[in-house]
Amino acid sequence: MAKFLLIESRDPFDNNVVARQYDLAVNLVKEGNEVTLFLVQNGVLPARPGAHSALLTATARSGVEVLADDFSLRERGIADNRLVEGVKAASLSVIVDQLANGRKAIWH
Amino acid sequence: MSKTLTFALMDPPFENARSTTAMRLIDLAVKRGLNVNVFAYEGAVYLPFAKQAQHPNAVHGRSLEEENHPLPRAWIAAVMKEAAAKGAKLDWVNCGLCVDERGAGEAIEGVRRGSPADFWKFAEGSDNTLVIGTK
Repeated sequence: MAKFLLIESRDPFDNNVVARQYDLAVNLVKEGNEVTLFLVQNGVLPARPGAHSALLTATARSGVEVLADDFSLRERGIADNRLVEGVKAASLSVIVDQLANGRKAIWH
Repeated sequence: MSKTLTFALMDPPFENARSTTAMRLIDLAVKRGLNVNVFAYEGAVYLPFAKQAQHPNAVHGRSLEEENHPLPRAWIAAVMKEAAAKGAKLDWVNCGLCVDERGAGEAIEGVRRGSPADFWKFAEGSDNTLVIGTK
């Protein structure tokens, strides 16, 4: 079993590849891997209940750990106690720690 | 022995949140005592450009001091200083060809000139590498 870190910095309203990245995360879990999907910058926007949130919640329900950068949330006025189901606020230091532990990482 | 992370950056300063996020990651890594390599490619070679200057903001009626415009070169210098204090290393390499194309040769102290071969060496010698691509 491998461990993956997918960093999503893009907004799904603006970029169609974002949904493919969620899909990649789900499929990696289906193949028995451990996956963190870390949302940062405009990537946190679907963490606020909205049109694209269901996809994010479905990703979390499939076993992907979905985290949203607390700084990016604050910048966008998204309260960390009102995130969609399955998404947790987290410090960017999670990325540094996972990199240091050797996670295979992809930035999008 | 402390671990080493390598970051490849491509975005020029003052244009995209990726630059800010990259600097946040580098700062956090240094704060944890990790050694950090940075390979600045394409427009990212302007991140440590020594001639970046603050400016007043006439639209908002703020003086140079009041505006206190953040400069990436100052962030990098601060993180280098922090790394030294932690006993860690921040090795920043600017792609030489990218520098020449852009006339960005005047970098702050501590930045060295290199080539994509340095990125290969960085990746080979690191515990992990994160490429923060422009697209």
